[in-house]
Amino acid sequence: MKAVVPFLAVLGLALAGWLGAGLSGAGAFFGLILPYGAALAFLAGLTWRVLSWARSPVPFNITTTCGQQYSLPWIRSSRLGNPHTRWGVAGRLMLEMLSFHSLMRNVRHEWVDDADGAAPRLIYRASLGLWIGALVFHYSLLMVLLRHARFFLDPVPAWLDGVEWLDSFLRIGTVPFYLSGLALLGGALFLCLRRLWTPWLRYLSLPADFFPLYLFLGIALTGCMMRYSSRVDIQAVKHFCMGLAGLHPSAPASIGPLFCAHITLACVLFAYLPFSKLVHMASLPLSPTRNMLGASRMEHHENPWNYPVSIHSYEEYENEYRGKMKAAGIPVEKEAP
Amino acid sequence: MSEPCNAEKPGKVAFDPTPPDWLKPNAKCAPGRWSYSAKPKALQTLGLANPRDWSPDQEDWKLPDNWKEIILQGLKERLDRYRSLRLFMDACVRCGACADKCHFFIGTGDPKNMPVLRAELLRSVYRGEMTLAGRLLGRLAGGRQLTPEVLKEWFYYFYQCTECRRCSVFCPFGIDQAEITMLGRELLNLLGLNINWVIDPAAKCLMTGNHLGITPHAFKDNLEFFADTIEEVTRVRVALPINKKGADVLFVAPSGDLLAEPGIFTLMGYLLVLHQSGLNYTWSTYASEGGNFGLFASHELMKRLNAKIYAEARRLGVKWVLGGECGHMWRVAHQYMETMNGPADFLQEPVSPITGTRFTNARSTRMVHIAEFTADLIHSGKLKLAPARNDRYRVTFHDSCNPARSMGLLEEPRYILRNVCQHFYDMPAETIREKTFCCGCGAGLGNEECMDLRMRGGIPRAQAVRSVREKHGVNLLSCMCAIDRAVLPTLMEKWVPEVGVAGLHELVGNALVLDGEKERTTNLRGEPLNGGEA
Repeated sequence: MKAVVPFLAVLGLALAGWLGAGLSGAGAFFGLILPYGAALAFLAGLTWRVLSWARSPVPFNITTTCGQQYSLPWIRSSRLGNPHTRWGVAGRLMLEMLSFHSLMRNVRHEWVDDADGAAPRLIYRASLGLWIGALVFHYSLLMVLLRHARFFLDPVPAWLDGVEWLDSFLRIGTVPFYLSGLALLGGALFLCLRRLWTPWLRYLSLPADFFPLYLFLGIALTGCMMRYSSRVDIQAVKHFCMGLAGLHPSAPASIGPLFCAHITLACVLFAYLPFSKLVHMASLPLSPTRNMLGASRMEHHENPWNYPVSIHSYEEYENEYRGKMKAAGIPVEKEAP
Repeated sequence: MSEPCNAEKPGKVAFDPTPPDWLKPNAKCAPGRWSYSAKPKALQTLGLANPRDWSPDQEDWKLPDNWKEIILQGLKERLDRYRSLRLFMDACVRCGACADKCHFFIGTGDPKNMPVLRAELLRSVYRGEMTLAGRLLGRLAGGRQLTPEVLKEWFYYFYQCTECRRCSVFCPFGIDQAEITMLGRELLNLLGLNINWVIDPAAKCLMTGNHLGITPHAFKDNLEFFADTIEEVTRVRVALPINKKGADVLFVAPSGDLLAEPGIFTLMGYLLVLHQSGLNYTWSTYASEGGNFGLFASHELMKRLNAKIYAEARRLGVKWVLGGECGHMWRVAHQYMETMNGPADFLQEPVSPITGTRFTNARSTRMVHIAEFTADLIHSGKLKLAPARNDRYRVTFHDSCNPARSMGLLEEPRYILRNVCQHFYDMPAETIREKTFCCGCGAGLGNEECMDLRMRGGIPRAQAVRSVREKHGVNLLSCMCAIDRAVLPTLMEKWVPEVGVAGLHELVGNALVLDGEKERTTNLRGEPLNGGEA
């Protein structure tokens, strides 16, 4: 159920795009309302979301320390796992963002039978599937997004040619074959299947976990189809995209239903992103367990809402125990209350 | 479900997907998995909400009529006060990397003990009650309404989390279940839903200065008993400065070390090191607790209990504070104390008067961990050590959660161990340092009634001890936390019965050669020394 409903939703969206292409008013819808609506929702939504995080203060330094602290000069501290400088914190965040470092640590636990008939043993095995899958998925997505910049830029900058050359070093006949498209499909498929395959992942997953993956699958699939099977008119697409980017949009008349399905899914993805778990792309740099100094005894951290609290003062304490303290020879402040 | 915990040996624990749909609340009170409710009297002492007699296993929790309003208002306030909470509500992708990093999930197979789902218990209400998508799409967007059953589920599972932070090491966004549990418990406290093993010690701590309710004269009696024991073993009489004005350093230890074995031997170790080093220090009967059970109830209670340390340091006019071996105490000291009750501008940047070492890492909070202090003494050659006196022990080291993941105090204790004993072996890499496994009893769960949970939560640690036991003949699990010292003996007895438990400074105390001591024939426990110089 959790995996099926979102599948039907994405299928429905794709079909709506496909069929909608032929309706009257399709030009205005696909050429104007949908892309600009999605762009607006994406930008406004993401800004709102990040501001809503930033508006809440960070009252305490709650770094998760993943390595030796900076302490005595002869003990080597972990500069990235437990940074005591701002540079170290920046390095830790970069490492996390670029290499998904925490996922690299991943292991899975396993009970194995003991050969000697003793009680079963708990062991841990490296579990790098998620890390590799996530890297493949995210980097291929980045590649694909970069390649799409071609449609919005004229003249096409040289670095973009470089990206495409890198991406298409495998060629099928005369058609450049982009690895990133395949990797994106494979990555999204893997991330889907692992949710269905592992019992506890299947258990915890929500429709909101499958929906974006299906969107990516749909987008990648329609994109690949346009490139490799039912070729679309690239010049028309470029013209359409340049119009969008330059704020003088034109209807995508000669482009066809496949393209309409493709941009429908893409626009839904962008509009959906700020209101879903996909905002994780923006959250890491703000995460207080990762972006603060490890050596929190070194620098003062201010809590903007630190309010006074009632305590039991030493005076009250001594008043209660003065007699007994004196009898036991413990020094007191006052001889009598 | 796997074999119950009264089984002789741990069986394989299987994943147990009940109920089939996690959005359905599952607030059963399984035997041995929940803690008794707080007594009204303790709540009154602390001035906390809704003091009354109630029990989690009964139907009626005697909530105020506007309980839902209180919770939702409280949640909104906390979302506005804690970026951590807001971010952790929005950013999780449910990748599942944290799932089997939790000792309670490994030990129980209960899906809601996966950190991701324990957090989703709160997140689903946040979505269902506070976000547009959740209100429109409901279950489809993973949203739930706050019902009494959901509230009961919060109570049940937020008190099956030891706030150990292991999940946050593995999370690609650093989402920290400890933070969610802390704020979730804070919300529950607004309705008077709390457990006695947290609230009772906190109330005692407020009034007497320590969790155990040790009065000033009893405090002194206990220290004198330890000094007597030390004298029997070494012939040296250590000084016992208490509430002494003009001392250079205020020493604060967890009160658990004052009361029961094996913690008392750790305390004797402190006394020996402090005596031999010649540090001009003092104990305090008012700030007689380093630990802070307020941490397990609310940020406010944490601040109230913690305030005594700086207040007492100011009253006694010391230069800086030295802290004993305690886990969650150091979470508070390292990450909260100076922000909550600072600035510590009335103290000085800590410098060891013996070695001249400047503890620059503590230059703002001005509190030093005794492992840092002792490691510095050893490295500077200020302590004469006879490690052979610990030869009866083959030692491994349990990193306590908080010093490991909220501090990074990893090498200092190992350096000390390598100097005070000759047989030290680390457990497997996946179970130590920042990946260390919890004892299963932290954050107020060290009580008798949730024994099944404790023994199950301790399985990963026990299994790691078992592996070094079999490989290296390890017979002593050393640690740096008073709760560990209180609960690990029970855990070892259950799963790895040949292994004892000791604090770090007990081993230091055994090895430390005092000026003017007699030839030692026993260790601090009164057990005969095996080999070595004695």
